[in-house]
Amino acid sequence: MAYDQLIFERSQTGRIGYSLPKSEIKEYPLDDSLKREKTPDLPEVSEFDVIRHFTNVSFKNHGIETGFYPLGSCTMKYNPKIDQDLSGMDAFTGLHPYQPVDTVQGVLEVLYETQKMLAKISGLDTYSLNPYAGAHGELVGLMIIRHYHANRKDFARKKIIVPDSAHGTNPASAATAGFDVVEVASNQDGTVNLNSLKSVLDDSIAGIMLTNPNTIGMFEKDILEIARLVHEAGGLLYYDGANLNPMMGMARPGDMGFDIMHINLHKTFSTPHGGGGPGSGPVGVTRELKPYLPEPVVRKAGNHFFIDQKDDQSIGRISHFYGNVGVVLKAYAFLRTNGKEHLSEIAQYSTLNANYVKESLKDTFKLPIDAHCKHEFVFDGLIDKSTGVTTYDISKRLLDYGIHPPTMYFPLLYKESMMIEPVENESKQTLDHFIKTMKIIAKEAIDDPDLVKHAPHTTPVKRLDEAKAAREPKVKFKDLIA
Amino acid sequence: MFKYLPHTPEDIQAMLKTIGVKDINELYSDMPKTLKGVDLDIPSSMSEIELTEHFKTLAGENRPLKSFMGMGAYDHYTPSVIRHLIERQEFLTAYTPYQPEVSQGTLQYIFEYQSMICELTGMDVSNASMYDGATATAEAMYMAVNVRKKRRHILVSETVNPVIVDVLRTYAYNQDIDLELVSEKEGVSDVSALKDAMRHDTAALITQTPNRYGHIEDFEDLGEACSANKTLFVINQDPSTLSHLKTPRDQGADIAVGEAQTLGVPLSFGGPYIGYFATTKKLMRKMPGRICGVTEDTDGLRAFVLTLQAREQHIRREKANSNICSNQSLMALFVTIYLSIMGKKGLYEAQNISKNHAHYLHDMLLKLPHFEDPFEKPFFKEFTLKTSLDVTQMNKLLSEQGYLGPFDQGAFSEDKAGLVTFSVTEKRTKEEMDHFIDIMGAL
Repeated sequence: MAYDQLIFERSQTGRIGYSLPKSEIKEYPLDDSLKREKTPDLPEVSEFDVIRHFTNVSFKNHGIETGFYPLGSCTMKYNPKIDQDLSGMDAFTGLHPYQPVDTVQGVLEVLYETQKMLAKISGLDTYSLNPYAGAHGELVGLMIIRHYHANRKDFARKKIIVPDSAHGTNPASAATAGFDVVEVASNQDGTVNLNSLKSVLDDSIAGIMLTNPNTIGMFEKDILEIARLVHEAGGLLYYDGANLNPMMGMARPGDMGFDIMHINLHKTFSTPHGGGGPGSGPVGVTRELKPYLPEPVVRKAGNHFFIDQKDDQSIGRISHFYGNVGVVLKAYAFLRTNGKEHLSEIAQYSTLNANYVKESLKDTFKLPIDAHCKHEFVFDGLIDKSTGVTTYDISKRLLDYGIHPPTMYFPLLYKESMMIEPVENESKQTLDHFIKTMKIIAKEAIDDPDLVKHAPHTTPVKRLDEAKAAREPKVKFKDLIA
Repeated sequence: MFKYLPHTPEDIQAMLKTIGVKDINELYSDMPKTLKGVDLDIPSSMSEIELTEHFKTLAGENRPLKSFMGMGAYDHYTPSVIRHLIERQEFLTAYTPYQPEVSQGTLQYIFEYQSMICELTGMDVSNASMYDGATATAEAMYMAVNVRKKRRHILVSETVNPVIVDVLRTYAYNQDIDLELVSEKEGVSDVSALKDAMRHDTAALITQTPNRYGHIEDFEDLGEACSANKTLFVINQDPSTLSHLKTPRDQGADIAVGEAQTLGVPLSFGGPYIGYFATTKKLMRKMPGRICGVTEDTDGLRAFVLTLQAREQHIRREKANSNICSNQSLMALFVTIYLSIMGKKGLYEAQNISKNHAHYLHDMLLKLPHFEDPFEKPFFKEFTLKTSLDVTQMNKLLSEQGYLGPFDQGAFSEDKAGLVTFSVTEKRTKEEMDHFIDIMGAL
């Protein structure tokens, strides 16, 4: 049985796990009226207890180094150790954000050069590294669109177009930024339907949000026409960088006609996902939109780097300081390691890998769009669905084989969506093993469907009762012992 | 060949054959020709040796200072075990826990994190963490206008850190929120002015303690006044001070938020940090962000799972409570390990040293001719004095001696010129403080 203790359950009254220097300073008591009544019940454990506990807790996770992780749209690539080492140097982690600029020139150089490299890769003018995550980047990008129109006194533009194949954060970010969301129907392959697009374009449109390639890995072949139409109608184009990986060095969003975009450093530039964060979602813009970037901005004058706090047209401040600098450091190390020589290989091999897996499995799994994809593609479940085995069941069975499942039930275009993204640093041998495993599971689905329908069998826990968790929420230790 | 890319020429040929194309470019044939032929104008690839040397050069252009400044970023001690544990690949490289059967590790530490935040704040429920303290405060504002549907007025005390107020203003613009700043009174919130400013459409009242000057706020019966007006009372509080101070719950908060960097997270030039967000049971289903709960698996074993997901963007799309689709998960683990190592006694002891050292520095500086305390308010580990010295000049001299001097409140607005805010943590020794005071005394 898997390790099942909570840190609170290991607690023994009086035990400690820390050491602090003895202070020579006298006690300055606080007035009783300011003090809390009861000391918080934090665990009382030794240092070794803490190590044992969290090490055992970690064993219940599947990480990228554990095994294949073809989670579509998440770009689960190897996170280089050297990036971790270098970003953790005391000369970076020990810097207070308000230190005088002459004491932080090294880190400012990293931020400035990263802004520059991202601009070159994406064909835009400049970047802000302040947004903390992809969804935060989206929100910032949409705020730039809103301020841009407001600055032109064009207050009627209240709508953002989002394809129905888009990730849920797109419409949610648009709504958060105060826009109304207009969903347009996609073509069967998830690309934008030009007729549905034309039918909604008018002077109430502020802009459109797109990923390219889209969520099923298809390149928007009409992108130049889409850009022309949206611009002609007075709107701006926002590029969701979730799928930038197969484009690096191949084509640039700026050249496609996009005005604003965010990049997920935790996807394309290999910074660790950290179980959900910290990520980093830098936002890039064209020269025209540069004054709208959030404050503060890192700039260079001669050989000196500095922080510009204010710009009158800026959307304002969206983070307390300068974003997740520790994450940017890792992306910078990754960029310098790859250099101009290898970024386009990343793009090409991610596309090669996806097409290889797709072609190898399309006789077993239903492929709705039989065309060349980019870095990812979507199956609509098994071809033979006679025994009732679903994408959910297949995903759970993959866990028994030590493989992290693809993204399930997204995009919403197909009933049994299974979105597969085998990134560039997976070898042909790993892909062949995955292909073989998927075929074994497809066979099990016919020969012994119950085995698949009750999977997983070998994981730390089995299928969960998710409804129970929502019905009677227990969200902290004291809810368990109450 | 390149170290991160495994394909040999033979692998590539075999794969192309399976796909049925001659070369990889054929897989890009759907792209308009005008987009092709990108010349990437970025520097060339570096080996590990070259990269390491390059980083050493960059590091040499940084000079970490011994900090006597806070203002949202505090130089607390980070126990060594934390880095070892958070760098375990199972934690570091995993994605958000979509497959709970192989994500029990992440889910369990989120549950432990939520439990600890509830212990500290006295609130019923915490989410799985947010980007930073300032954006968590902005999310509290959004939650308030979401809960109080017809209300668009938000009151903010002037004693809230002005950077947080700036972030609130940026976020307020999105949703046409009417944000009103209420003037302070002698370095603390003007409780009666806040009460008077409350309107029938005030969705939330936002405060901070310890505040922008480091002063501990006493909100008296502000919580009750809010509750009578159905206004949500939001308290932004440094969670490390909750070893000693009254909790947001004790002060009547509906939502408690703040920057949890103070729980052992390194300064790192401003990020990654972690915002915490906690509320009452009544408001749980209106909370933004991820929440982890307990359930059972088919064998009846205890298990953890993301719950109350009907609030979130992947289900609700544009009607979601928030656009946030993740948390600062690894930083939540960081804080959880910190609070486990420090524990019930250690958190108190570390904060007690910080408090005593801050008071010592305060008293010693007041013995110098150029400093006075215009407020004389209770404080914790951060305090504000008025100085007749040229602050820029003073901080320049201090930095030459290896110290980060106080924050100049005049940077925010001219009426605060001459007010400087110091912070001390358990890492500053008496020797360092005495040296710091000597330098100041010689000015």
